[in-house]
Amino acid sequence: MNIVVCIKQVPGTTQVKINPETNTLIREGVESIINPFDENAIEAALALRDKHGGKVTVITMGPPQAANALKDTIALGVDEAILLSDRAFAGSDTWATSYTLASAIKKIGAFDLVICGKQAIDGDTAQVGPGISEFLNIPQVTFAVGVEINSGVMKVNRLLEDTNEIVEVKLPALITVVKQMNTPRMPSFKGKIKAKGAVIPTWGAKDINAEDKCIGQKGSPTSVVKIFTPPPKGGGEMLQGSADEVVDALVKKLRDRKVC
Amino acid sequence: MEYGFTEEQKMVQELARKIAVEKALPLRAELDESGKFPWEVVKSLAEANLTGIGIEEKYGGIGGGTLEYCIATEELSTICGGIALSFAATGLGTMPIILFGSDEQKQKYLPDIAAGKKLAAFGLTEANAGSDAGGMQTTAKKDGDYYILNGTKQWITNGGEAETYSVIAITDRKKGARGASAFILEKDMPGFTFGKKENKMGIRASATRELVFQDCRVHKSQMLAREGMGFIVAMKTLDRTRPGIAAQAVGIAQGALNEALKYSRQREQFGAKISTFQAVQHMLSDMATQVEAARCLVYAAARSIDSGSEETSKMSAMCKLFASDTAMRVTTDAVQIFGGYGYMKEYPVEKMMRDAKITQIYEGTNQIQRNVIALELVKEMAAKK
Repeated sequence: MNIVVCIKQVPGTTQVKINPETNTLIREGVESIINPFDENAIEAALALRDKHGGKVTVITMGPPQAANALKDTIALGVDEAILLSDRAFAGSDTWATSYTLASAIKKIGAFDLVICGKQAIDGDTAQVGPGISEFLNIPQVTFAVGVEINSGVMKVNRLLEDTNEIVEVKLPALITVVKQMNTPRMPSFKGKIKAKGAVIPTWGAKDINAEDKCIGQKGSPTSVVKIFTPPPKGGGEMLQGSADEVVDALVKKLRDRKVC
Repeated sequence: MEYGFTEEQKMVQELARKIAVEKALPLRAELDESGKFPWEVVKSLAEANLTGIGIEEKYGGIGGGTLEYCIATEELSTICGGIALSFAATGLGTMPIILFGSDEQKQKYLPDIAAGKKLAAFGLTEANAGSDAGGMQTTAKKDGDYYILNGTKQWITNGGEAETYSVIAITDRKKGARGASAFILEKDMPGFTFGKKENKMGIRASATRELVFQDCRVHKSQMLAREGMGFIVAMKTLDRTRPGIAAQAVGIAQGALNEALKYSRQREQFGAKISTFQAVQHMLSDMATQVEAARCLVYAAARSIDSGSEETSKMSAMCKLFASDTAMRVTTDAVQIFGGYGYMKEYPVEKMMRDAKITQIYEGTNQIQRNVIALELVKEMAAKK
């Protein structure tokens, strides 16, 4: 099986500061880690490769230092890792990021499965996985907590809020995984030695045949206006009375606030 | 702080620390209470190739030496001395095979140990033969191509959990120092059983049991080196592994120091953090200095062994003596800094103090270490004349 995993390097702490001018995270001096859900994605790919044979390729879009995150994946046992890095990718929103990653996957060639983590812990949008599948025109199954593959057909166990759902889909397809999917394996010493000597190729916009207007800030229909911590919620108001009285009072309050 | 590690040694340190924090830390309190064996941590150590740390690459290991072994043991011990011992004791049980095994014996036993599929243990101590190893009663009587083992080994770490055992037994008492031999035994060999699991003061996440031999027939191909080499196998093994136990002590001490430092910065009395009180500062300074000194002595002894030096007994004994005494002092002071909270099981330092004590006793008591050092000092002086 040919599996591609998309990962993101994110700040290793929730205590990040926000640059008030650019409305982006201040990453200097903050340790970078592989997005935790992407660790589950990598483990899922490795487990499938261990069972069915094949190859696992990991890609990431980021600044040059994201190559360190890719080397960490080599230490876990992935076969190949590719960095997508280009000044032209800067300022990408999830649309442009999905386009860029999908273009890279097209460049990689034939694949059976794309695996992404559910969401990145810095952006928290959960949009890129579905975005990639749309650009690749393949089916997507999100929130996977288990997968089984037999003769080109995949059964995915989805973890929803209060239930599980089993979805059957023909490969090639894309899944996003949740942390309950697996326990990521430890990197190995032998893997780290391999990672030390690994050469991580860097692909730019031209290498993936990306159209200028579809990448970076130009390719981003959205932009961040403001990032702020919302003020703490107030105490709330308890309504007293019989069910009818309480409902009447509630509807009046909602109407007064023009909610309905 | 920089210790002049190679890149590979830094990798070992990173891997061991990651496993310690992510896998051992969530389990340590529960395992200390229940005494259950830390199989999940062993599994992670195997995934990371650390179970093959001291084993040559051709037998499936990563070809590390004493220093790599000490680094991994220290990192694990910083979180839990008991879990670390379950890892380190396999190194002790494997060392006789590494030092004295034939190629066939190494091929037979080392790959599974390197892969983490099997653990090892070292069987020397008996009820009446602790410091006085020569007083051991376990015998191995020659019978054609076999030896028949009878006797009981006591307080064997990994006893019952390991598959591979390096055991010392008397083959000819009349030969005195040349009267013992070393054998490799396997769990489930007929005539080889285990006693009850000991209920210990500390290092409770490690398993300690008696090894019981009743007419246990062992083929001569299981003998290490030659008949009569038993005490030499034991002494050479302990010389090589003593720094590992010293590293365990350093780790336990460092873990206690970390907790005491963190606590002192949070705890307020008399309107100030106790870390601002000179009395506490002086305690922390002494603790940190001693831990650093112990660490440097351990690394120096490990490097000396890895350099191929033949004269390692003195350094090996010194680092074990100093590091274990340091661990006892530092963990006791850590409990003191925590005050009343330090005495409560909800806080980690009382466990560290209980864990530290054994490091002054096993792998040769600190009294025996002083004997060894004194003998070496006199030998060195005599050689100078």
